[in-house]
Amino acid sequence: MEKTRDALSWQEKREERFKRWLSPDVKFKTPQAEKLYKERLTRFIKAIKLEEPDRVPVQIPGGSFPAHYSGTTLRTLMYDYGALKKAWLKFVYDFDMDLYDSAGLIFSGRVYELLDYKLYQWPGHGLPSDVSMHQFVEDEYMKADEYDAFIKDPFYFSLRYFTPRTWGTLAPFSNLAPFTYPLGLPFQLLSLCTNPDLQPVFQAMREASQELAKWQAVVGECDQIAKEAGCPSAAGGIALAPFDTFADMFRGTRGIAMDMYRQPEKLLEALEIVTPQSVESAVAEADFTQCPMVFMPLHKGADNFMSSQQYEKFYWPTFRKLLMGIISEGCVPIMVADGSYNDRLEIIKDLPRASVVWIFEQTDMAKAKKVLGGTACIGGNVTAAQLYTNTPQAIKKYCRWLIEVCGEGGGYLLTLGSSVDRCNPENLQAVIEAAKEYGVYN
Amino acid sequence: MPKDFINLLADLKEDEVIKLTKQRLEAGDEALAILEDSRKAMEVVGDRFAGGQYFIPELVYSGDLLKQITELVKPHLVQSGETKHLGKVVIGTVAGDIHDIGLNIVDFMLDVNGFKVVNLGVDVPVEKFVEKMKETSAPVLGLSGFLTLAFDAMKDTVEALAAAGIRDKMKIMIGGGQMDNEVMKYAKADAYGKDAMEAVSLAKKWIGGS
Repeated sequence: MEKTRDALSWQEKREERFKRWLSPDVKFKTPQAEKLYKERLTRFIKAIKLEEPDRVPVQIPGGSFPAHYSGTTLRTLMYDYGALKKAWLKFVYDFDMDLYDSAGLIFSGRVYELLDYKLYQWPGHGLPSDVSMHQFVEDEYMKADEYDAFIKDPFYFSLRYFTPRTWGTLAPFSNLAPFTYPLGLPFQLLSLCTNPDLQPVFQAMREASQELAKWQAVVGECDQIAKEAGCPSAAGGIALAPFDTFADMFRGTRGIAMDMYRQPEKLLEALEIVTPQSVESAVAEADFTQCPMVFMPLHKGADNFMSSQQYEKFYWPTFRKLLMGIISEGCVPIMVADGSYNDRLEIIKDLPRASVVWIFEQTDMAKAKKVLGGTACIGGNVTAAQLYTNTPQAIKKYCRWLIEVCGEGGGYLLTLGSSVDRCNPENLQAVIEAAKEYGVYN
Repeated sequence: MPKDFINLLADLKEDEVIKLTKQRLEAGDEALAILEDSRKAMEVVGDRFAGGQYFIPELVYSGDLLKQITELVKPHLVQSGETKHLGKVVIGTVAGDIHDIGLNIVDFMLDVNGFKVVNLGVDVPVEKFVEKMKETSAPVLGLSGFLTLAFDAMKDTVEALAAAGIRDKMKIMIGGGQMDNEVMKYAKADAYGKDAMEAVSLAKKWIGGS
């Protein structure tokens, strides 16, 4: 008798997801494309499971590099979806790797404008038109005395405080009356909407969502075309470590530092509340995209941000719960740890064997292999600085060293420590060549 | 009492050190003496940061405590003319990059270590760096950047200083996010510092001071 879904182990759930990922709902262009798709993905799945594939899988994160590579600007791609498609597919076709990002990494500048979005500045909007990346604007979008509001009702907090501060068009929501209508009468809830200040909000939401749909259609088309050509997409869900949700998004560096000293208990309570919500949203995205990978950029848990004691108190407990929640649904968290994680390795190895992927930026890879090697798939560490300043020969040599140090026994993915906005394209080709030349398992 | 004060501040005991500041002012302690003790406490904070006991949260928190103390002491300060400083350091985040967290921490640590800091802020155009270096004749320039796009902006800035004929009049240090020694060489700067205390050490090495 078949087991119900709840009775499945996380490995069994994951196998189901892997199977779906391996047989996407597309019509492959050629039998060769289908074969390529399966070969590439199998290589990566084996690495996740700490098995030896035929060779080390290789991936180049897209970032905004496709703009540079196709001789245009990021701004153009953010505003001209036709140009986005052209540049993205050129990047996909020209780089023969095992996993591909989604074109959705380059977001619509038009949608940002329609929302009067304040969390980012982008080329031509707060930044010179020709810059190659958008940038996060850190601020205290949640005030020090608003933890109670968050803890009481995170949804109401988001609607009433966080979103109105980060989307200019939603500012009138900061005066929103409570959302409950205990008498069940439609007038109660609907009377919120008759507020004249809210009418332009509805109009803006309508325009922004229509624009978003246009952008989504192009991104979806890019992903579809790539898959049909045999390029598996690594774009599943996305999540932030609970501490980073507060440290990056809500409170900022200064705010979070003060909270760690002035109101640690409130901070810890709020981290617990956001954790299951992050699991739910990440898994829902993985369901939707039919890709089990949950991408997690890690920021303020790096070695030089906080002490190991602070990491174990503030960062790791809820981060681990989040990971376990995602793993138990059969998804695979793939972390990109900015900065160095040398002092964290002993802490983060406390996870089920072969359940996650760690991509490191500046971490000592020999140490990472030694500590995590039997536990988790690792990768990363070709830095943007190297790609920017070195020759293809030097990059290839470095990748060979990485493969020799980290590749043994499997469980290794050759990739960059971060995305790169521009560099000599030959340097990225050198990374791919290194995997093919030096990464073959016997 | 000063020793207690220094310890309390260096140990980040907010309530106690604020209370003691008020007591010292009431007891008629000189405002300058309190500020001098605060500076000594910040040296301890800096040493602990360099020694791996303190991290970013402690630098931020100590900065806030220092600000509170300074606010309390300010009304009691008798104008005493220009304070002596070790030397001038111009800092700024290079063109195209708007990150300022690291920049402001470096500003703070240089300041509490006795340097006169000219902070040009973020997204600083190349010409602005050239103009300020000419105007201030500062012996040290600190270029901050978080992103890869800062690599070229740093290089451009150093080249512009060379073209203006003033490159050899200064030492240039770089730091932030994805910077490292390779970027330092690429940008033809003089040194890379991995954190705010390395910026202080470099400035001390180049300008002098204990």
